[in-house]
Amino acid sequence: MSGGVDSAVAAARIAEAGHDVTGVHLALSANPQSYRTGARGCCTIEDSRDARRAADVIGIPFYVWDMAERFHRDVVEDFVSEYAAGRTPNPCLRCNEKIKFEAVLTRALALGFDAVATGHHARLVDGVLSRSPDAAKDQSYVLGVLTREQLGHAIFPLGDSTKAQVREEAARRGLTVADKPDSHDICFIADGDTRRFLADRLGAAPGPIVDVSGEVVGTHEGAYGFTVGQRKGLRVDRPAPDGRPRYVLSIEPVSNTVTVGPRSALEVTTIVAARPVWNGPVAEPREPLACTVQLRAHGEVYGCRAQLSGDEVHITLDAPATGVAAGQAAVLYLDDTVIGSATIVTAA
Amino acid sequence: MESAYLDHAATTPMLPEAIEAMTAQLGVVGNASSLHAAGRRARRVVEEARENIADALDARPSEVVFTSGGTEADNLAVKGLYWARRARGATRILMSAAEHHAALDPAHWLGDHQDAKVELLEVDELGRVHPQTLRDAVERDPESVALVSVMWANNEVGTVQPVRVLAAIAHNHGIPFHTDAVQAVGQLPVAFAASGVDAMAVSGHKVGGPIGAGALLLARGVDPVPVLHGGGQERDVRSGTLDAPAIAGFAAAVRTAVDRQAETAARLTALRDDLISRVREAVPDVILNGDPVNRLPGNAHFSFPGCEGDALLMLLDAKGVECSTGSACSAGVAQPSHVLLAMGADAVRARGSLRFSLGHTSTRDDVDRVAAVIGTVVERARRAGLS
Repeated sequence: MSGGVDSAVAAARIAEAGHDVTGVHLALSANPQSYRTGARGCCTIEDSRDARRAADVIGIPFYVWDMAERFHRDVVEDFVSEYAAGRTPNPCLRCNEKIKFEAVLTRALALGFDAVATGHHARLVDGVLSRSPDAAKDQSYVLGVLTREQLGHAIFPLGDSTKAQVREEAARRGLTVADKPDSHDICFIADGDTRRFLADRLGAAPGPIVDVSGEVVGTHEGAYGFTVGQRKGLRVDRPAPDGRPRYVLSIEPVSNTVTVGPRSALEVTTIVAARPVWNGPVAEPREPLACTVQLRAHGEVYGCRAQLSGDEVHITLDAPATGVAAGQAAVLYLDDTVIGSATIVTAA
Repeated sequence: MESAYLDHAATTPMLPEAIEAMTAQLGVVGNASSLHAAGRRARRVVEEARENIADALDARPSEVVFTSGGTEADNLAVKGLYWARRARGATRILMSAAEHHAALDPAHWLGDHQDAKVELLEVDELGRVHPQTLRDAVERDPESVALVSVMWANNEVGTVQPVRVLAAIAHNHGIPFHTDAVQAVGQLPVAFAASGVDAMAVSGHKVGGPIGAGALLLARGVDPVPVLHGGGQERDVRSGTLDAPAIAGFAAAVRTAVDRQAETAARLTALRDDLISRVREAVPDVILNGDPVNRLPGNAHFSFPGCEGDALLMLLDAKGVECSTGSACSAGVAQPSHVLLAMGADAVRARGSLRFSLGHTSTRDDVDRVAAVIGTVVERARRAGLS
């Protein structure tokens, strides 16, 4: 229970359904006030109190579990080292994979619980994950990395509801978090300034910005400050010859080089992804499988063919995509149903 | 299923005598400082309560200063005595490392903001302050010591301190001695004058009185600087309108608990020893923390190796056993107990600790309930490990 409206209503629903429910709030920072100065749905003392109050209203026991060390190691440090390696991580996805459905689930099972329920907006029926009816709030993408085993011990009680319905229900149940603002951004970066957060940890590492021909067109303070597809904040000295805006095309950590170029050069149609997880109702595709793929949170959905080859998934898009960054997850769907996922390694 | 409430050191149910005394006053108007009849009537309630408490605790009525509870009493003693003594250049505060936060934190605050030098007196592996430790600390420079504070009995591990001997050491050098007797009253014989202490904190709700009433007993001539300024109702040392109903309930509880102390102690000691031996039977490698002999009759404090206290607490709560792990921080994340760390326990032993505290409503059924579930609970908590 994060202290937000979703997990509060989720807890209320399963308690009402007759499960023996215990509320757990995760303390993710050794110094909770350091992460956020106001209550925005995650990680502060106010959030912990909001969660406790919701549990009291629902009438279930409530405990704070200290996951600060695990969170720091598996999410925060991973976040920093992924950027350092020129990739673009998704920490929410990592938190689901390593904290909520690994550290918390393992502990819960050992303590005699059967499942972990969360307030995620995604459907889970008979272990099969699919999209929320609320397209804008759908979180199936950040859950797409969970294994069958993990999904087998998960419950998403909000699966059939829209956010508006959840808020309305929270108000009806007398939960004071009913109109609490949604959390967004990254919970452990208090001011939302990711570049500075990384700079504080990785230090300044000036290097060249080059165009596709290899000509130096500017300098940067650290390649980790860039994401493939980024347009703003490039600080390129000279305009492109054709006068068109330039985008980050690639980040090369070893030579500390950021390559920029026109939007057309961002377009990719083939993607190679590693660490595949097959968690859906179909077998892993040894032959090309026609399906759809989502390449970032709340991103567009592309028709594609996906095929497992060794430890890699080869994805061929029906139409070009832009801003495909290494480190993000490619989550594969059949209609609205998740069938698997893998981490993007390269795109061309 | 009725729960087995074994957290009397946190708060204990109100005694019927206290409820009766308090409720009799709840509908009655009167400010004990007013001069008219209603005021006089309220004052009579307060003063009779004061006399009652003084009589029960071997003090003079004028030595009882009512407060809102133990925390305020400790704050008044530590800050007030420090401020009074700092004027003559005494800035060292000598305090046991195992004190309650209500005494420790004011001292550290004085250290951080008001030039106090806080010296924590070492405790041994049973949680005892050795008289020689205090003697050495005082004699390094007696003139510079503002006050000494050592609790009568520890709230976590139950260890009873040699308060009379320690107070005498301070007195040899004219240094005021404060003791937090919040856990001791009603469980141990507590005599203010005979103990020789100068200041003593007492709490209402730990002895079967209401929450929100307590007292600092202050010997004659011991005058701390006030923490709360205002009407000066209590000897000019503490201000605020006196809560006559709560004070009446507090006094009735102290009276009753002290009158029954010997009988309660004998009964709780037997129950507690039974609890300890049955927990040992179920969990052979359990460690009993604190002084095995010289401890609060109602206290059983254990470390369960390989377990996390929080997990034990949660599992026991689910089985209808209510107990405590000790200290918690504001966000609710358990921190290793400073008391156990001061006693030399490693962080793992400190984190796997659990306190059962018995009180006036405890029965054999409560002990049976613990004995019935502790084995499986510990096994489960061990499986969950130290996350």
